[in-house]
Amino acid sequence: MNLTLKVWRQKNNQEYGRLETYKIGDISPDMSFLEMLDVLNEDLTRKSIEPIAFDHDCREGVCGMCSLYINGRAHGPKFGTTTCQLHMRSFKDGDTIVIEPWRARAFPVLRDLVVDRGAFDRIMQKGGFVSVDTGSAPDANIIPIPKPVAEKAMDAAACIGCGACVAACKNASAMLFVSAKVSQLALLPQGQVERQTRVEKMVAQMDKEGFGNCSNTGACSAECPKEISVENIARMNREYFSARLTGTEI
Amino acid sequence: MILDSKIPAGPISEKWSKHKFNLKLVNPANKRKFEVIVVGSGLAGASAAASLAELGYKVKCYCFQDSPRRAHSIAAQGGINAAKNYPNDGDSVYRLFYDTIKGGDYRAREANVHRLAEVSVNIIDQCVAQGVPFAREYGGHLDNRSFGGAQVSRTFYSRGMTGQQLLLGAYSALSRQIGLGNVQMFTRTEMLDVVMVDGQARGIITRNLVTGAIEKHAAHAVCLATGGYGNVFYLSTNARGSNVTAAWRAHKKGALFANPCFTQIHPTCIPVSGDHQSKLTLMSESLRNDGRVWVPKAKGDSRRPEDIPEDERDYYLERIYPSFGNLVPRDVASRNAKQMCDDGRGVGASGLAVYLDFSDAIKRLGESVVKQKYGNLFDMYQQITGENPYKTPMRMYPAVHYTMGGLWVDYNLMTTVPGLYALGESNFSDHGANRLGASALMQGLADGYFVIPFTIGDYLASANLKPVKTDHPAFAEAENNVRDRINKLLSIKGKLTVKEIHQKLGKIMWDYCGMARSEEGLKHAKALIQELKSQFWNDVNVLGGGEELNQSLEHAGRLADFLELGELMVDDALHRNESCGGHFRTEYQTEENEAKRDDENFCYVAAWEYTGDNAPENLHKEPLVFENVKLSQRSYK
Ligand SMILES: Cc1cc2nc3c(=O)[nH]c(=O)nc-3n(C[C@H](O)[C@H](O)[C@H](O)COP(=O)(O)OP(=O)(O)OC[C@H]3O[C@@H](n4cnc5c(N)ncnc54)[C@H](O)[C@@H]3O)c2cc1C
Ligand code: FES
Repeated sequence: MNLTLKVWRQKNNQEYGRLETYKIGDISPDMSFLEMLDVLNEDLTRKSIEPIAFDHDCREGVCGMCSLYINGRAHGPKFGTTTCQLHMRSFKDGDTIVIEPWRARAFPVLRDLVVDRGAFDRIMQKGGFVSVDTGSAPDANIIPIPKPVAEKAMDAAACIGCGACVAACKNASAMLFVSAKVSQLALLPQGQVERQTRVEKMVAQMDKEGFGNCSNTGACSAECPKEISVENIARMNREYFSARLTGTEI
Repeated sequence: MILDSKIPAGPISEKWSKHKFNLKLVNPANKRKFEVIVVGSGLAGASAAASLAELGYKVKCYCFQDSPRRAHSIAAQGGINAAKNYPNDGDSVYRLFYDTIKGGDYRAREANVHRLAEVSVNIIDQCVAQGVPFAREYGGHLDNRSFGGAQVSRTFYSRGMTGQQLLLGAYSALSRQIGLGNVQMFTRTEMLDVVMVDGQARGIITRNLVTGAIEKHAAHAVCLATGGYGNVFYLSTNARGSNVTAAWRAHKKGALFANPCFTQIHPTCIPVSGDHQSKLTLMSESLRNDGRVWVPKAKGDSRRPEDIPEDERDYYLERIYPSFGNLVPRDVASRNAKQMCDDGRGVGASGLAVYLDFSDAIKRLGESVVKQKYGNLFDMYQQITGENPYKTPMRMYPAVHYTMGGLWVDYNLMTTVPGLYALGESNFSDHGANRLGASALMQGLADGYFVIPFTIGDYLASANLKPVKTDHPAFAEAENNVRDRINKLLSIKGKLTVKEIHQKLGKIMWDYCGMARSEEGLKHAKALIQELKSQFWNDVNVLGGGEELNQSLEHAGRLADFLELGELMVDDALHRNESCGGHFRTEYQTEENEAKRDDENFCYVAAWEYTGDNAPENLHKEPLVFENVKLSQRSYK
């Protein structure tokens, strides 16, 4: 198929960006979206135009490195799919595709389609863990965990930290991302000891990073490639308020 | 040079405990005076960085992705082995040890493998304590499944995302230490050289991948946990950024590279669909628990799989290997798939595929149980191929997956360069000539959580380390070399793209140094690689500058190292006149087409020493001594 691509080009964090238009032909429906960009980059390189920078690594939907806002949708038109797993059979000959980076105050653009998601790491560093030093763990089967609880924790733990939730939200809120980790650890017995301080510290850091508030539109979950449920946000709100009520100092 | 593996004396089951007792300790107050660099944040790197920081060392950790959580380990699907024997099915530390030695076709060190099996049980405990959501049974206890090369169920898993969950566990421990200020984390940073002072590794040179700044970092010891080099084949199941650069730079600074030709070709991957293909997707080995592998009995049978009656199908693994069936080790499964296809019985448009069929499992267990076990893998398959594996069998073909070879290390995980360690897939240590499924995750975490925290202390406590800062002339020299190389790459401005040269290299490696190798083919490959290397250095086109985010420049630097490594792999494969595990030389096979080892002449680790650009490398041999396991022809029949 033949396509027209409008791609965000921006030299670095300081300069202004703009959409550039490129034509591309001979695209097979079996290609992934990123393979289509590879073809375009080869083309550009041969014409001595600097190739488009975009993030990617595993190309199988689990590392969370790829991003891209495609025709106004985080990770493109298909639900439950990352950009690297999106295939060109989701488009048709003659289409125009607009490709932009994630847009959020907390995710500054570094170049072209690459953004800085360091804010997510900094939130995790505040409390996204169980404080257990290497070597101090008891036998793994000492605490049985009911299967449904383990499954629910796993549903939340499936988050790949790509940032689509933030990009999809009109307020650029990071509630879905943060609540997924808070939920996973609040559900499991291992997370109980730090349950209250964890949620308070993570929320405080989230606010500090400049993410917006949650207004319950659910766009985050709808666009999440791992289909993380908004139920987690509700759980985090409960966790947060109960922590505030019982008032541990952080 | 004499290779001293430092394997402790004594009975195998006591070696590690005795060794730990004999290692020197650094007292708690002194630990914070020592700085340790950990390059890599995968299972090996993240677990090492976190554990060393918990002990009190000052740690600096590096990765090229934008977050440590994205290291390639995240993509591991199937599971992690441990000798817990929770199912009470006869497993033990000794059995895990034995299976791993045998699976590796008797080309791994007994002592290392036994230690791995010993600490495997602690890994599971640690991960559960971190909140890793492993699969559980209805009673609330941990569930296990089976993997290839084993007759017990010892594999722990989290759906099809075990690597993700284990890495997020290690990442959480690392994040905690970063938050506490005990680890300084450098993301989007690539290590480009090791700095040596007085014969010891004392730091690294890095490039900031956002600004292009070349930076110097000093420490008392350096650990590389930089993963495997499967991308030398261009197409592999590895993440696109996986590379050999860190290990290769270390090699050029004196670290020997062991068994480079030992690569693993995984039997069940989604077949190549065209030239545009940028990576191959693995379908976890766990699928062979319930999926049955078959091809049509007749050559060139192009009917749809549903239309081929039962008695016209050849379930060849079950036929040839009745006791292990579909769960034979990977090298055996891959070689058989290739043989079926070479024999004209392959399926799909290209004829380069075999079926992996779940219809019996769906009948037996029901679709919902199959979905619960493998749902995300089935979805992934459908996403990529557009076919529904609940209705029609998957098409599979082998693909490059893992590299058993890597930097030579002694029992303490130290390379031949004092103060330079290699952990996880970047070292050669535990898998011999073939790795069993679910044991790479185990090894990465064993190295990082339970080995290096003990062994590095011994070095720091005893190696008379002078104070060294980045103003030492050795840093300036290494920095200049790095700059020169980058400038060279940017100045060639030829006609070929980095990707097209990489694709050519991959094809050479796959054709001549892949699943089947021969003397003639390997000699041919060597000449082709040399020619390609000179094309690269004369005619590659890398646009953009060095002082900015430049992904072509990153790729070019990695390819330059792959070109050199490729040649060494070919030399290694050529010198090893035997077949073992994943290394299959067509000249050396049994009458039944199985790998034919030559224990008399090749029961050793081949460790190669760099001697200068374009000069042949020197071969050093570490003899493998088997005191516990009797060497025999591997049989899975
Ligand atoms: C698709 C797939 C599925 C797998 N499934 C399983 C499984 O089910 N069970 C199992 O046991 N094994 C499995 N494996 C193998 C296993 O995942 C890997 O062997 C293991 O995770 C490697 O871990 P590591 O820590 O050694 O390296 P990696 O996870 O590869 O980490 C390498 C780290 O080094 C960094 N790095 C590399 N080079 C540089 C540099 N020059 N400068 C700075 N940083 C650098 C990277 O940023 C990264 O952080 C699978 C592998 C693949 C490809
Ligand atoms: S590249 Fe890893 S999730 Fe897309």
